[in-house]
Amino acid sequence: MEHYHMNLNLKVWRQKNCKTKGEFKLYRVENISSEMSFLEMFDVLNEQLIRDGDDPITFDHDCREGICGACSMYINGKPHGPWQANTTCQLHMRAFKDGDTVVVEPWRADAFPVIKDLMVDRSAFDRIIQAGGYISVNTGNAVDGNSLPIPKDDADASFAAAMCIGCGACVAACKNSSAMLFLSAKVSHLALLPQGNPERKSRVMNMVAQMDKEGFGACTNTGACEATCPKEISLSNIARLNQEYLMAGLTEK
Amino acid sequence: MLDAKIPAGPLDDKWVDYKGHCKLVNPANKRKLEVIIVGTGLAGASAAASLGELGYKVKAFCFQDSPRRAHSIAAQGGINAAKNYQNDGDSVFRLFYDTIKGGDYRARESNVHRLAEVSANIIDQCVAQGVPFAREYGGLLSNRSFGGTQVQRTFYAAGQTGQQLLIGAYQALERQVALGNVKMYSRHEMLEVVKIDGKARGIIARDLVNGTLERHFGHAVLLCTGGYGNVFYLSTNAMGSNVTAAWKAHKKGAAFANPCFTQIHPTCIPVSGDHQSKLTLMSESLRNDGRIWVPKAQGDNRKASEIPEEERDYYLERRYPAFGNLVPRDVASRAAKERCDEGYGVGTSKQAVYLDFSAAIIRYGKIEAGKEGRDDVAEAEIITMGKEVVKEKYGNLFDMYEKITGENPYEVPMRIYPAVHYTMGGLWVDYELQTNVPGLYCLGEANVSDHGANRLGASALMQGLADGYFVIPYTLGNSLADEIYAKAIETTHPAFEAAEKEVSDRINKLMSIKGNQTVESFHKRLGKIIWEKCGMARNEKGLKEAIAEVQALKKEFWSDVKIPGEINEMNPELDKANRVADFIELGELMCIDALNRNESCGGHFREEYQTPDGEALRDDANYMYVAAWEYKGESNWELNKEPLVYDVIKPTQRNYK
Ligand SMILES: Cc1cc2nc3c(=O)[nH]c(=O)nc-3n(C[C@H](O)[C@H](O)[C@H](O)COP(=O)(O)OP(=O)(O)OC[C@H]3O[C@@H](n4cnc5c(N)ncnc54)[C@H](O)[C@@H]3O)c2cc1C
Ligand code: SF4
Ligand code: FES
Repeated sequence: MEHYHMNLNLKVWRQKNCKTKGEFKLYRVENISSEMSFLEMFDVLNEQLIRDGDDPITFDHDCREGICGACSMYINGKPHGPWQANTTCQLHMRAFKDGDTVVVEPWRADAFPVIKDLMVDRSAFDRIIQAGGYISVNTGNAVDGNSLPIPKDDADASFAAAMCIGCGACVAACKNSSAMLFLSAKVSHLALLPQGNPERKSRVMNMVAQMDKEGFGACTNTGACEATCPKEISLSNIARLNQEYLMAGLTEK
Repeated sequence: MLDAKIPAGPLDDKWVDYKGHCKLVNPANKRKLEVIIVGTGLAGASAAASLGELGYKVKAFCFQDSPRRAHSIAAQGGINAAKNYQNDGDSVFRLFYDTIKGGDYRARESNVHRLAEVSANIIDQCVAQGVPFAREYGGLLSNRSFGGTQVQRTFYAAGQTGQQLLIGAYQALERQVALGNVKMYSRHEMLEVVKIDGKARGIIARDLVNGTLERHFGHAVLLCTGGYGNVFYLSTNAMGSNVTAAWKAHKKGAAFANPCFTQIHPTCIPVSGDHQSKLTLMSESLRNDGRIWVPKAQGDNRKASEIPEEERDYYLERRYPAFGNLVPRDVASRAAKERCDEGYGVGTSKQAVYLDFSAAIIRYGKIEAGKEGRDDVAEAEIITMGKEVVKEKYGNLFDMYEKITGENPYEVPMRIYPAVHYTMGGLWVDYELQTNVPGLYCLGEANVSDHGANRLGASALMQGLADGYFVIPYTLGNSLADEIYAKAIETTHPAFEAAEKEVSDRINKLMSIKGNQTVESFHKRLGKIIWEKCGMARNEKGLKEAIAEVQALKKEFWSDVKIPGEINEMNPELDKANRVADFIELGELMCIDALNRNESCGGHFREEYQTPDGEALRDDANYMYVAAWEYKGESNWELNKEPLVYDVIKPTQRNYK
């Protein structure tokens, strides 16, 4: 892999807090290595801002290896930027070339109010999980792990849904700010396992109700969420969610 | 004197007897008892969920925006348990033995045995919660092997085991939040312990969104705040991982034990330049199938593919034929450093070795062809089939490697180098996981754990969940049973007042320095000192220099750090400054501890103490103890020794040859 250096123009959303109005500001960074991650480029910019006596840009991040779901930048019109199946922290600067202009915004959704600059409040996701995204089993109640064989395909499908990192890119990508992909991933993870069966109906009803209460929009099947999801959570999960919801509604007493 | 409160009786019976005789709190009284849990990674989330289920009133804190993002989420390879599902001779005793030996005989027998005993329950609990572990076609759980052992006892979920376990614990925690048993405080950082009459009775936390300081009371305080690997600046830890909670507790009287026992993981993606902000692990599970090598010739600049088989040095297989590529981490890391220091390293920086999957790809390809009953398959097709198998096992790790380096590890060997990964040291705790400050407990990576001087792979997840699900629910009750008449203390109590003032004075002082150097630049400099002088190899001269350098750095920090922004707003630079200030102090203690320990053991390698063939040379006669340091004032610590007594295992020199 050839390495190179570049100068970039950045157009970054700045907003002091949720009560004030935000605006774009222009910055220039120089001599950026193609080997840097996108967030390391932001580190360079922030060090520069601090030295110049400006306020550095606030953004969420922690693991920087694509698994915690904290990072969340809307880069050149795409959540997590141009690469497929990728998070902001794993985007590397070889995705850009010298002289590029890069526009960076926060996730935009009513249910995700801006805290500062590029950082938003995603606690609505936690509340959706609280509404039923679990199996009710207290510590110490479990039987032997191998007493319940689970077909490998079911376990694998459940795992594929459970890979969701709760980043919210699906919401940010959706013109309706729908959280259906996130919700469907959790419902599928648990519905595909026999352990999840007893609470199947109440789970889906309660979680959907909570999602609506949080102010996420309706799903109109545009598929923008799947296209942007860093963990490639499949749209088929939404189909499963709809089915689960329908079944639960039909059989509700 | 520190009392480890190890129950009497034979090792096998200690935990059973303890559980049979410890004091209990009845349900009505539990509702009156408040418990503060700082940290909601595997240790904290499992503790919060379990204690909430039992009926305690729990308040839980984390600095991320959600408990689901704790650093535990990043664990890749797996979790050990003595299930013996593979019928390969595993047992509680063997897991216990491997852990003690892997830790180079610097861990407490009673705790480690308990850990091995409850390990099987953890898997059951996680399966019941819906953790989608890898399974075989028959529907049963699958296992893999990990370094330092000869049995297959590691349970996993592709390369995302920590994620799946944490999601399980997080969901159990959120269920308790919904039931009103746990109140969750996200984006909060604990900045002080409140002590009243010698007992831990609460904390001061800062709401990171608006900077407000809050007082919280608890009948007991549990710190589950993770490891301190970020003292090295570059590590595989998440960016926010820090020592602050443990350090504040330390300065309020809790002993900090074995701080110099840090683990350098052998397989990480090498540093690419000065911009590097963190390092990424490539799971140890890769050593099951990857072979590690360097060229036989020094300074060989050819591409890997151009170096013929006979000119490659598979140095681990050569030096350690019995364990080969699966030697424990400390051994593998030092061997890589040795080769690179001698000039055999690869890549542009020459600070890397190869981890090569080509042999595994062919082996798996042949097995696949064999399954189809075909023996006429061309090499190219075998490779394609083999790649599919490797992809199924490690796909996400290979993708991650490619994203970071731009190289395709299915085609060219990975370049890897050791990096800081885990910290065995931490707050000293007794058998009940209580520190020497009554009412203050410590769980998970933050405590001086069951891993002695070196942790075996897939054992941290096990320990975190053992502590939270299966140990603390018993041991906490044992002392809270005496607290049922203790009323909640108002947070207007002078001790809360004083602790809050301490915190705000400190923050004001930091903000008023208005110097010239950024927090990040101090952190980098600290990391460089500690990595070079208290990293993979240490010696007396270097450690003495490091102590002086860290002290000087501390002075400079407190007179020239530059923190932008305001106190009463979201201000990540201020949060970081608080953490770096504590890392600097910890760095000094690490070097003091490393200097005190005149032996080599596990991850602590003192160059003066090695065998003629370069293996660690322990000194059991003089150093078979836990070094628990008590804070006595600035740059001043008193050493307490907890002697380690081996009743069951006879310590020998570790041999993986
Ligand atoms: C990349 C990587 C891979 C790993 N892979 C494996 C593996 O395969 N198998 C294995 O067994 N182990 C593995 N480990 C080790 C293991 O992941 C950790 O040791 C373990 O997860 C630590 O869990 P914990 O609950 O103690 O702490 P953490 O998960 O680090 O949680 C710490 C918690 O404390 C909170 N916190 C910290 N400070 C404060 C404060 N001041 N105020 C408020 N909250 C605070 C944080 O918000 C967080 O919730 C790996 C580690 C790394 C770095
Ligand atoms: S479904 Fe995908 S995009 Fe949505 S929160 Fe989960 S990982 Fe992120
Ligand atoms: S910082 Fe954790 S996923 Fe990006």
